[in-house]
Order: sequence, then C-alpha cells, then structure tokens
Amino acid sequence: MGLATLWASFDPYLRPSVIGLMIFVVFNALIIASAILVLAERKIMGFMQQRYGPYLVGPHGMLQPIADILKLLFKEELRPKGADRWLFTLAPVISVVAAFTAFATVPFGAETTFFGLLDEPIKLGVSDVNVGVLVVFAVTSMGVYGIVLAGWSSNSKYSLMGGLRASAQMISYELAYATALASVVMLAGSLSLREVVDAQSGYWLGFIPRWYLFLQPVGFIIYVIAGVAETNRAPFDFPEAEQELVAGYNTEYSSVRFALFPQAEYINMATMSAVATDLYLGGWHGPFLPPAYGWIWFLLKVGLILFVYIWVRWTVPRYRYDQLMQFGWKWLFPAAVLNLIATAALILYFNA
Amino acid sequence: MPDTILFYLLAGVAIIASTLVIGQRNPMYSIMLLIVSFGALSGLYITLDAPFVAMAQIIVYAGAIMVLFLFVVMLLNAPQEDAAEWDRTHPLRRPGFARFGALLAGLLIVQLAWALMRATALVETPVAGRGDAAAISSVRALGGVLFTDYMFAFEATSVLILVAMVGAVVLARREDDQ
Amino acid sequence: MIPLSYYLVVSAILFAIGTAGVFLRKNLITILLSVEIMLNAVNLTFVAFGRSHGTVDGQIITFFVMTVAAAEAAVGLAIIIGLFRHRESLNPDAFTSLKW
Repeated sequence: MGLATLWASFDPYLRPSVIGLMIFVVFNALIIASAILVLAERKIMGFMQQRYGPYLVGPHGMLQPIADILKLLFKEELRPKGADRWLFTLAPVISVVAAFTAFATVPFGAETTFFGLLDEPIKLGVSDVNVGVLVVFAVTSMGVYGIVLAGWSSNSKYSLMGGLRASAQMISYELAYATALASVVMLAGSLSLREVVDAQSGYWLGFIPRWYLFLQPVGFIIYVIAGVAETNRAPFDFPEAEQELVAGYNTEYSSVRFALFPQAEYINMATMSAVATDLYLGGWHGPFLPPAYGWIWFLLKVGLILFVYIWVRWTVPRYRYDQLMQFGWKWLFPAAVLNLIATAALILYFNA
Repeated sequence: MPDTILFYLLAGVAIIASTLVIGQRNPMYSIMLLIVSFGALSGLYITLDAPFVAMAQIIVYAGAIMVLFLFVVMLLNAPQEDAAEWDRTHPLRRPGFARFGALLAGLLIVQLAWALMRATALVETPVAGRGDAAAISSVRALGGVLFTDYMFAFEATSVLILVAMVGAVVLARREDDQ
Repeated sequence: MIPLSYYLVVSAILFAIGTAGVFLRKNLITILLSVEIMLNAVNLTFVAFGRSHGTVDGQIITFFVMTVAAAEAAVGLAIIIGLFRHRESLNPDAFTSLKW
C-alpha cells in the first residue's frame, strides 16, 4: 500500500476538509481583524493628530493588541449585585454571535479550484444562500438585543438609558439601510450577494468598471452613513461616548465580557465594509489579477472602507442624540426612499 | 436522514421553548425564550423551502416585534409576580378550574396530534426534502404573485400599518401635557 | 421526506400551548406573547400546506399574517402601557371595574 493509494483514499474527504479549512480561516481572520483594527485605529488616530500612536510594544507598536488582550484577560470578572445572572452574561455573547454570523453569507472571492486541487470549484465564502442580503440584514437586527440586554441587565439606570438609546438608534437607521439595500437588489435582480457581485463584472468604455457605485452614488452614501450608525461608531456614537459624560451600556462590564463588546463592534464594522464592497464596489473584481486571486482586491477594498470609517471618526464631531434621531428619520430615510423610487423609475425607463 | 434529524431538532426546540415561555415568572425570560422559538420556526420554514418567509420571520418577529415587547417591559419596569403569589397563581397549583384547564390543554394536544396522524391523505404527502422547490422558493415568484393577484391586500396592509402606528402613538402618549 | 402531518402536529401543539398561555397566565405581557405563539403556529400551517400544494400562496398569506401581527402587537402594547399607567399593575384581575 503505497503513498499514492493512501492519498487516493483521502479523496472523498478532500472537499469537506477544504471547506472546513476555509471556514476556519475566515473565523480566525475575523478575530485577528478585530485585533488589528484596534491597533490600526489608534495608530491612524495618532498620525492624524500628528503624533505616533502606540510605539513601545513591539516594532512601532505592532504588538499592542496582544498587550491589550492580555490586560483585559487578567482583569477581575465583576458582576453587579442586582444584575440578572443569565442575561448579564448572555448580552455580550449575543452581540458577538450576531457579528460573526452576519459575515457568514458574505462572499469574498470567485469560484476557485485551488489550482487544480479540487475537481469542482468551490465558492469562496462561508455559505451561499439565495437570500443573502436578507440574512445579513436579519442577523444585524439581532445584534440590537446584545446592547439592549446589556443595558437592562446591569441594573443601573444610566446603563439602561444608554442601552435603550443605542438600540433605538440602531433600529432607526436599519430603515435607511434596508431601503438602500433594496435599490441595489433591484438593479441586480437577485438577493444573493454573489450574484450582485457577478452583475458588476465587466467594464464600460473599456476602462470604467461596472460598479454600482457609479449607478447609485446617493445610495452608496446613504448605505455608508446608515452602516456607520448601525455599528454605533464615528459621529453616531453618542450612547457610547456617554461614558465621558454619564455612563454607557457597558459600564458595569469588565474583563472578558467587556472585551467582547468592542470585538463585536469591530467585526460588525468589517461586515458592513464587506457588504458595502460586495454591493457597491464590485466585490472581488479588479484589473490585472486573474479571477482566482480576486480576494486580494476584496481585501484591499474592505481595507479602504475601514480606513474611511476610522478617518471619519477622528475628523467629525459627534452628533447629539436628538440630532442623530432627527437626521435618521427626517433626512436619511426619505432620501433612501427617493433613491429607491428614482432607481425603479430609471430601470423601467431604460428597459422599456 | 439528516432531514429528519433536523426536523425533530427544530420542532423540539420550538415546542420546548414555547412551553417554557408560558411558564416563566419573569417576562424578560419569556421574551428571550420566545425569540429562541421564533428562530427554530424560521429553521422549519427553511426546511419547507420558504427562505424569504424564514428571513422575514427573523426580521419582523424576532427583530422588531420582540424588540418592541422588550422595550415595553423595560420601560414599564414590569413587576415580576413575587414568589408567594406565583405559587398561588401557578396554573398547576391553583385549585379547581385552572388545574382542570391546564389538563384540558394537554388533552387538546393529544387529541389534535392523534387526529392529524391518522388522516392518511396528510400522512402520505411528503413536504420537506422534495426536490422540486425552485418554482416556489424564489423571491421573484413571490413578488410576481404578491404584486398582481394580492395587490389589494398589499395596499390595504400598508394602510393598516399606518393606522396602527398612529394609534400606538396616540394611545401611549401621556395625557398630562399642559 | 417528512410528511405534511408532522408539520401540522407541531403547529397544533404550538397552538395549544399558546391557548393555554392566554387562559392560564396572569400577566398581560405574557398573554400577548401567547397570542404571538398562536399566530406563529398558524403561519407554520399555512406554509406547510402551501408547500404541499406547490404554490406560493401559503407564503403570501404568511406574509400578511406577520404584518397584521406586527400592527396588533404595537397597538396591544400601547394599550398595556396606558393600562399600566392607570393601575400600576399588569395583572388582568386588576381591571375588573366593569364586572358586576
């Protein structure tokens, strides 16, 4: 029994193992991405403020996330006396689980056979459902529960108010988010994210890529603003920044339970950027590289949007809570609806 | 075989979670358990080749209606029934009618289940795991029927939601504004 | 290949649980939750039958039932808020002033 027969006996397990390996890589990539984002945020913030960011740990501060994680792990695990036992621990778990699950339907590369290793190509992405856009939206709505439960179960009035405000903000901006999504779905004719990306392949006039960014500029801006508000970041982080003033929904948390909240936030950021890349920036299509390497373009585009996230946070002042809610309901949502109507009208006009 | 396991798992979770919902003292726990039950039902819809309804269930029921319940429970700081009163009012401990009612609910379940399993026409129709799902599981098919045959109901529902929104705001407003 | 009657049995059990909850619980919010359980059981029946007939009508009706349930939950909760403000209690036995 030679090595060849041993290798051949592995054949029926090859494809599931490759898929399992891909899922493992995606999961770890998300965790590492949240750590890198912590560092990237502080470094970029530092450079924008004309100083170096973290500098001491490792070369140029590259190992700072490790120091942060170790510090958080060694802190004491507190639970306030009146806090609800189950819900206090469940809240960050819901946040993180929703954050990871939302990334599950996001494709990040074209079909590939890994250079002939597999007989049939596999699609690069954890799963491919034909209602992918809806799944992302549904799981993001579930992320609201993490914040609401965190605020309530801390048994503190300030945490409760912070949690309620944050969740009311997230729910309000989901409307504009969904309407901007609906416009793209109309253009692509499918709810599957992979098909939306495939509809953006090719070029007009030979050099302008067929991205939906050029067909829906207003929609893209609405989507990015709603995405920023959904993840409670940048100019819309009043419920978090209340910590500077009063308290936020995660005041009573410490150590591991606390660490899960920023991790969920960064993974949500990564998911929003990935979905924005797939919907508006053409996903993994790009010049010069063969389609098997499309995921490199995907990473570059996601990185660009994440950089814009961090850039906006340290450039623009924060919205007050009532200004934030007014903006969401009175400006962003009507704009998204008008965008939807205009898109529908133009589709009918040009296809008639 | 995996279809059967999946069905029993999802159905079991839905039923157990629903039973726990009506047996909890704290309304917050009831709401969380009901969300679990909705998730299991969403899985059952997916086995029935209805992905859009499954996602709509998560978005509308688990993501919106339950959040509304949660907000109301938190804002009202809904009082838990305290232990002594709970023991007195628990369905299986209250004497007389309530205990009888709980037993009748159990009898109803047994009777319905028995009748449904005996109806041969229903038993012989396979529903999950059939292969011919493409025509009805696509959102395009749903949209085509929704905006042509059911157009009136669609428009009437939108008016209904508007009325419900206005009504909820009016009903919940504080009456003491000068 | 799961037969239709299995789904109908699950739906019947859920409906019975919901009915038991409405009749046996003494908390207005839990009563509303039990009503939601009943509505979900009905949704499951619709989708199962629609699937067995091979049409999308079951899913369409479910869509409308969900919408109506959302509207009804909103108005019901608003009423509960009003009642709570009046009597500071969520026990339906506290609202018996019309009883003779």
